[in-house]
Amino acid sequence: MLLKYIDDFRDPAAAKALVDRIRRAAGDAPVRLMEVCGTHTVAIARGGIRPLLSGAVTMLSGPGCPVCVTPDGYIDAAIALGKDRGILLASFGDMLRVPGKSSSLEREKGAGLEVRVVYSPLDAVTLAAAAPDREVVFLGVGFETTAPAIGGAIRTAAGRGVKNFSVLASLRTIPEAMGVLAADPEVRIEGFLCPAHVSVVIGADAYRPVAERYGIPCVVAGFEPLDILLGISMLLRQKKEGVARVENEYSRVARPSGNRKAQDLIRDVFVPCDTGWRGIGVIPSSGLRIADRYAAFDAEKKFGYSVVYAPEGSACRCGDVLKGKILPVDCPLFGKACVPEEPYGPCMVSGEGTCAAYYKYGGL
Amino acid sequence: MHDKILLSHGEGGKRTRDLVSKVIARYFDNPVLAPLFDSGLLGRVEGEIAFTTDGYVVTPPFFPGGDIGRLAVCGTVNDLAVCGAKAVAISCGLILEEGLPLESLERALSAMRDAAIESGVTVACGDTKVVERGKGDGIFITTAGVGVSVDGWRPAPSAIRPGDRILLTGTMGDHQVAVLIARRNLAIEAPVRSDVAPLSGLLLPLLPRFADKIRFMRDPTRGGVGVTLNEMSSAANARFVLDEARLPVRDSVRGVCEILGFDPLYLANEGKAVLIVAGDAADEIVAALREHPYGRESTIIGEVEEGAAGVRMRTLAGGMRAVDYPVGDQLPRIC
Repeated sequence: MLLKYIDDFRDPAAAKALVDRIRRAAGDAPVRLMEVCGTHTVAIARGGIRPLLSGAVTMLSGPGCPVCVTPDGYIDAAIALGKDRGILLASFGDMLRVPGKSSSLEREKGAGLEVRVVYSPLDAVTLAAAAPDREVVFLGVGFETTAPAIGGAIRTAAGRGVKNFSVLASLRTIPEAMGVLAADPEVRIEGFLCPAHVSVVIGADAYRPVAERYGIPCVVAGFEPLDILLGISMLLRQKKEGVARVENEYSRVARPSGNRKAQDLIRDVFVPCDTGWRGIGVIPSSGLRIADRYAAFDAEKKFGYSVVYAPEGSACRCGDVLKGKILPVDCPLFGKACVPEEPYGPCMVSGEGTCAAYYKYGGL
Repeated sequence: MHDKILLSHGEGGKRTRDLVSKVIARYFDNPVLAPLFDSGLLGRVEGEIAFTTDGYVVTPPFFPGGDIGRLAVCGTVNDLAVCGAKAVAISCGLILEEGLPLESLERALSAMRDAAIESGVTVACGDTKVVERGKGDGIFITTAGVGVSVDGWRPAPSAIRPGDRILLTGTMGDHQVAVLIARRNLAIEAPVRSDVAPLSGLLLPLLPRFADKIRFMRDPTRGGVGVTLNEMSSAANARFVLDEARLPVRDSVRGVCEILGFDPLYLANEGKAVLIVAGDAADEIVAALREHPYGRESTIIGEVEEGAAGVRMRTLAGGMRAVDYPVGDQLPRIC
């Protein structure tokens, strides 16, 4: 039954009708829309949607891939924690290939660094509870989607008295990054396709400041092909009507006010902070650090390491890709010095990275 | 006999002799193996010979729908079958970890015996080694297989031309998802069974009947249909175009993939074959495949088109995209 429900959002005839509607609604010059979220980027690439809309809509890919925007200083700090202190690191799988300044977790793992891939932050708490004589640090990377799970793991560890568990947090919030992109005259965004899962947590209303302050239409959309096409079509209608408001295509799951329980959990465990986004720079109040009352679970405080953000200086243009200023194919390294097996920049690493999606599903 | 494997079971002395003659040989009771010579004497074999080998290291060794023993026989039988050869004899190399319950070994051996009987192949020789606790994963099996080619049929990727059809003999991903769930670290329950099965009975009878209409066959094991088709496309120097709407995936497998962010195209199968066949014979070949229990869900999934080598897919949304090799393991997504 659930799958029947999914199939309804992949119906070829409905997709064709929506593509026709989008093409009719578009003007002479292609409309510049941004899909903020990495899962949208992959869904668009997997669905072969970009070429269907070419000439009518240019889909720019935003900074919503958590792995891609993690600064290399974070990877360096994680490696240092493992190497200098003999700490057991636990991580989501796709962090392993992300390049730091001079190495990656995958490469260090091959050289003996202990890194365990876990599917959930709670698995890392279990790991720590089973090895009380080892320090276990979970690499807590992500957006509002993973923050509640990581916060929940911290509260579980506190409740169960698992003292050898801590988190190296690198959590970010989406609306603040959208504000920076909206204000950038070079990017020229005419509409935001807002993330599905993030919006389930923070609620569609969270984008109202972006829509109202910058006059840019926002539509929350699901991740199925029809969700995306309908979302784009709704953005074009707003543009035609000359309005800029938040609409919710994904109302079957995302509520205007989001998931209060998850929001309370985030507010309990974390506090907003300024943070560096790889390729973009420091964005005020766009990060979440672990609140002082949970300082015992903050790996930076516990071990005296801090993640240093320094702007990247190389031929890699991930920053411009993340800001939607160029497409991956415009980067001189794309597909040459930078491929998924040997990624140079973070956008090529993650399955959700813009460059990886272009590389994997493009090249027609 | 002890109830667990000991290091001394692999040291060549009396315990080794007992393990081989009292346990292993009991499952493979045939005149080639029975004398326990250093080689199995196959006698005169008529026809052209095909030869293959494979190693099996699956964790866990027992999973819904099969186990490492059935896998070890079927994998080798299938490698021969997709090359048009009927398996005649296979070897059984066992690498056992100290402490393995004898019961587990017997379970795997009994599955090997059943699969060998089903495929009509003789287990002709074997070897047993025991490694220290912690140096293995319970049980590893290697098999090599000798087969005889069906008269007049050879894999012919160079005969592939635009208009040929791409056939798949059933649903994708059943084996890998069954094994993933059996590992029990994903906290997911789903009624998925491995498809592990010998394909010789499904494929070989078609070869004399359809002869050169069947151009090329592969079994899409590790890397799944996606990787196998890329390799076939390179070998044939031809462009393959898949139709997303026609890709067969069981609902239970799809459900797991939706949750974990896996693409069934890249999941391993152990009882499926991909066939590239002439366009004018495709429907008839699908009908013939469907008559066999292991081919009931056979279907056309795509077509060979004009153009450079590579695999493309017509998507449900009406677009077109590349189907490339994956890099590394598929990992559950972060968000």
